[in-house]
Amino acid sequence: MTADVHADRRAAPVARKSDAWNHGDPLFRALTTLAAVAVLVLVLAIGAELWRSSILSRQAFGLSFLTTSVWDPVAEVFGALPFLAGTLVTSIVALVIAVPISLGVAIFLSELSPMWLRQPLGFLIELLAAVPSVVYGLWALFAFVPSFVKPVALALNGKLGFLPLFAGPIYGPSRLAASLVLAIMVLPTISAISRDVFRAVPVAQREAALSLGATRWETISQVLVPYGLSGLLGAVILGLGRALGETIAVTMVIGNNLDASASLLHPGYTMASIIANEFAEATSELYIQALIEIGLVLFVFTLVINLIARLLIWRVARGTVSEGRS
Amino acid sequence: MSETTRRRPQAFTRGNGAGGFRLAWRKGTNTVMLALCALAVVAGVVPLLWILWYTLRQGIAALTPGFLTSMPTPVGVPGGGIFNSIVGSAITVGLGVLIAAPVGVMAAMFAATRANTPLGLALRFGTDVIAGVPSIIMGIFVYALIVLPQGHFSAFSGGVALAFIMLPIIIRTTEEMLKLVPGSLREASLALGATEWRTSMNVLLPAALSGVVTGVMLAVARAAGEAAPMLFTAFGNPFLSFKLSEPIATLPHTIFVYAISPYEDWRAKAWATALVLIALVLGLNVLARGLTWWRVRKVGSVTR
Repeated sequence: MTADVHADRRAAPVARKSDAWNHGDPLFRALTTLAAVAVLVLVLAIGAELWRSSILSRQAFGLSFLTTSVWDPVAEVFGALPFLAGTLVTSIVALVIAVPISLGVAIFLSELSPMWLRQPLGFLIELLAAVPSVVYGLWALFAFVPSFVKPVALALNGKLGFLPLFAGPIYGPSRLAASLVLAIMVLPTISAISRDVFRAVPVAQREAALSLGATRWETISQVLVPYGLSGLLGAVILGLGRALGETIAVTMVIGNNLDASASLLHPGYTMASIIANEFAEATSELYIQALIEIGLVLFVFTLVINLIARLLIWRVARGTVSEGRS
Repeated sequence: MSETTRRRPQAFTRGNGAGGFRLAWRKGTNTVMLALCALAVVAGVVPLLWILWYTLRQGIAALTPGFLTSMPTPVGVPGGGIFNSIVGSAITVGLGVLIAAPVGVMAAMFAATRANTPLGLALRFGTDVIAGVPSIIMGIFVYALIVLPQGHFSAFSGGVALAFIMLPIIIRTTEEMLKLVPGSLREASLALGATEWRTSMNVLLPAALSGVVTGVMLAVARAAGEAAPMLFTAFGNPFLSFKLSEPIATLPHTIFVYAISPYEDWRAKAWATALVLIALVLGLNVLARGLTWWRVRKVGSVTR
């Protein structure tokens, strides 16, 4: 092993006086390895603990937990389909809104912005990610929803009300409100990673396209975007992961209602928001375990999504680092 | 491959040949799309300014003298503050740092010095996975791990949940900063006969110290704003408590409880508390950012 190679080096004269210093290596190595292993154990422990703590619910409902939509704490019948659907719908609508804007931000930050503006602007966008979720919720509840979301909802309902997606009546808190807040919250995640992806594209690629007569937009859309596609996809999926698990802000604006309609303008529930909302009042053991099982499903969701996103981003990083970024 | 490379140059140059229209179209598209990108930046920055401005306005209006140092009063009784929440946040976040910082720094050392071993790769992957776990899941996990067996909510469980949330942030920033330390420093120390652990503790860590501090600051900023895991762990407490074994109030949880309450008085206090929290969190972020900038410039000048 490598230890023997180092042992040779260590025999050097310097350290003879303080022998005590020299015996730390195995201990140090053990400690750092232990810390590294602890991190991995944590990942497994989360899954195992959620699995173990939802055993009653898993035994009682089996797979039908995911496919039925009756949620009746009094009769102790639990089906999580509405929450799965709510999470997916709000997250996807959020992405539809956030992705074009985030890509625009990323392109501006890496390609168009004058040098002096890049740092401060990038920092402002990153600050958006640092604002606590509960402050987003507070702001959304009292400022954003009444003065922006509600007018938008009214307009959508007025023009497109015949679609089930935009059926009335209008409430303030709604799936749409949650989606819009989520869009704002995932924007910094997606734009920061996409910006790095664009920056990782070698300058030669841009110069080649420009010298062939391409406009700047053609360079961006036909050279940079295809070049970094898997990284951009990774950024979007990572944004999706963040949107799926967002709790407090969503709980505050989604209205927390077991509404069965397909309308975006109605209040709803997501997996995270039902856990946050009902955990404190869950009295029976089965009720609590059903909520924990929703947590387990959410954990598996985000786990898979993060793995996919990381693999995509790693692929880009490995491909470009060797070519240099100059 | 060759097909695509041949097609693109053609597409670019054809416009010039085929008269002005296609060129004008391309230039027009260019202008419109670039303008849209600039517009996207405006759309991205506006919410932040709106949040900051609104929180500042509402928060200052609701801020009373002694808000930070007095205890909550019942609804309608004037005065009252968030002293217990400040104490609670300090205790839980402090406990989180005590747990996460040593483990995180150790793990980062492993990741930085042994990046390409199987365990090193697994560690980086594991860190990314933990960073992606929603904070509410961390809350439920700690609930199942500590609160259920103990039978009661506690400040201790809150601190543990925050530690898990901080861990990936500390590992990542520390690792990045350790990597910035020039390899020649490490090699010089080893060549002088210093053992590996002494090199790590006396050469690498001091050189990367501001990076470690940055990581801890960012982690504290993130953890201090987490309300979701507190619902199942620290739980909240209207009274002043210093005990790890009892439920405890925290700033974000207090904001949540006050915000969804029906009382005008409490909502005003939610804004004032939000102002305190946002000042703390953004302040830490600005500070961490400044430190990183200073650090990268310094190391950059050393290596050049």
